[in-house]
Amino acid sequence: MITSVAWRNIWRNPVRSGIIITAISIGMFAGVFSATFTKGWMNQRLEAGVETETSHIQLHEPTYRENYEINQFIRQGVQLADQLSALPEVDGVSPRVTIQSMIASAETGTGVKIMGIIPEKEKQVTKLSQFVTEGDYFESISRNPIIIGKKLAEKLKIKLKSKVVITLQDADGNITGGAFRVCGIFDLTNSMFEEANVFVRYNDLARLGMLPEGVAHEIIVHLNDQKKLESVTQELRAKYPELEVMNWKELTPELGYLNEIGNLYTYIFVIIILLSLGFGIINTMLMVVMERVKELGMLMAIGMGRLRVFLMLMLETTLLTLTGGLIGIVLGLGASFALQEKGINLSNWAQGLEDFGYSAIIYPVVETQMVLVIILLVILTGIIASVYPARKALKYNPAEAIRTE
Amino acid sequence: MTIISINNLFKTYKDSEIEVHAVNGIDLSIDEGEFTAIVGPSGSGKTTLLNMLGGLDQPSSGTIRIDQTELAQLKSSQLIDFRMKNIGFVFQSYNLIPVLTAKENVEFVMHLQGRPKKEREERTMQLLEAVGLKGRENSRPAKLSGGQQQRVAVARALASKPRFVLADEPTANLDSKSTENLLNIMEELNRQEKITFIFSTHDQRVVNKAHRVITLEDGKIINDNRKNS
Repeated sequence: MITSVAWRNIWRNPVRSGIIITAISIGMFAGVFSATFTKGWMNQRLEAGVETETSHIQLHEPTYRENYEINQFIRQGVQLADQLSALPEVDGVSPRVTIQSMIASAETGTGVKIMGIIPEKEKQVTKLSQFVTEGDYFESISRNPIIIGKKLAEKLKIKLKSKVVITLQDADGNITGGAFRVCGIFDLTNSMFEEANVFVRYNDLARLGMLPEGVAHEIIVHLNDQKKLESVTQELRAKYPELEVMNWKELTPELGYLNEIGNLYTYIFVIIILLSLGFGIINTMLMVVMERVKELGMLMAIGMGRLRVFLMLMLETTLLTLTGGLIGIVLGLGASFALQEKGINLSNWAQGLEDFGYSAIIYPVVETQMVLVIILLVILTGIIASVYPARKALKYNPAEAIRTE
Repeated sequence: MTIISINNLFKTYKDSEIEVHAVNGIDLSIDEGEFTAIVGPSGSGKTTLLNMLGGLDQPSSGTIRIDQTELAQLKSSQLIDFRMKNIGFVFQSYNLIPVLTAKENVEFVMHLQGRPKKEREERTMQLLEAVGLKGRENSRPAKLSGGQQQRVAVARALASKPRFVLADEPTANLDSKSTENLLNIMEELNRQEKITFIFSTHDQRVVNKAHRVITLEDGKIINDNRKNS
């Protein structure tokens, strides 16, 4: 019955309760929408990072990443990649040779990292082939095809079928070069990656670099379940102690922390909203208590203990907060679901965003756990906001309170 | 059988340098089934005495025993429990819970006592019938007249089967007809169910109905008149 009384008390002054409920609803709408927006944004960056750049796990010769020397390769890397692809947790393995080099067009030149890949195997570990927006994925050109990023194409002022010259130091230390023809241009959300990486066929680059047969500078492993990341990393470390085995969280720690930073940002934002709403709720409940001094005195006189009075006011505050909170959460979720298909186009700022590897179209992501945490925070706000008004109510002497006019 | 024994009761308020003896050495006993009015001019100590009898206020000295329990010995939480089980209150301005219906208002105390639903409903309907409000059980206080609200308050006071009912100026806000009606109901409950009523009042109509009239002046009993009923 106390719950029923608390609920009905909220509607004694519908205008006042309506105002605070509306304020809470708007606040929580902003909180939830911001949460799903940030989550979507971070997830997209994470997915882009893992699915197009690092994949899940990489294996290198232990000193390779210190200065990216051409001779610091894994012998029989291609064979090892075949062995790894037999593991049940793995759904794709791609051996790569990678060489730091210069790329030059007729107009200009720049430094890039050239990745020699086996196209079919690379398809299993990264989504590069899906991001080729112009031309094709090593299909139309049979001799020395190259795929470059959109940003690099702009920088070198080249188009499809244009010729570029790659200059590098081969395994014997001699400067060598080769002409390649652009067969595809990829467009990621990460301009930096687009500008600094190009892809050629494994055999073309290995031949140019005078590398021994079957070597790889890095072996890229894609897992069928991200949850197995740590366990497979440990397993591979134990199995290949002579190699450096690193997962994407270790290779790109900023991506690893992205999710946590996103969550943290969301919680801080929601807590700030709730904190400011909390003061509004306290104010409303103080007015409620002051208006009801006589009634509270009567309740205490007829045998409603202080704990029950406290509980009733706490319930009333929590229900008030929860009503506004749930309306806001439902609206926030509704807006997020509605925009999940089309996304939110931030193309006016896209250039700046893509320079940092973030997509210009954000697809909100609703995460159940986050919604539950927000609901808990709303309840907690109601409980905390009720303490001061409820304590004030308990200080009344029933005899004096009853005489209040 | 004596329900209430008051011995040498004082209540003193200190207002800066001035001491006010709201209750100034009262000795009194009230028996089960009495229909007692406490009268006196404003400031004579009626409400203070009633508040102390109801455990809402603490005496400065002296003792109040209800049955074998001395109120001063009870802790705050025990006192609330004691009030809930033993004392019914009727207030001058009804003090019903506005968001509850007449039935729910009467049931409320029994709910606090943790009585089973069936018992609560039966007793509520029985009491509402006794105060003449059968058919109005689902009305909220705002839809009831002053007299009807006070009758709900009487039903609520009796819901917990208290040892006695304290009524502070119960007819002060009522018209003559409602007053008459209410007094008849309370007198009937007193006669048939032996419920003890103690009123503080200025109202001559209440005094006329009372079986015992205690007159206070300056915090002291100056007259204690038992009528032959």
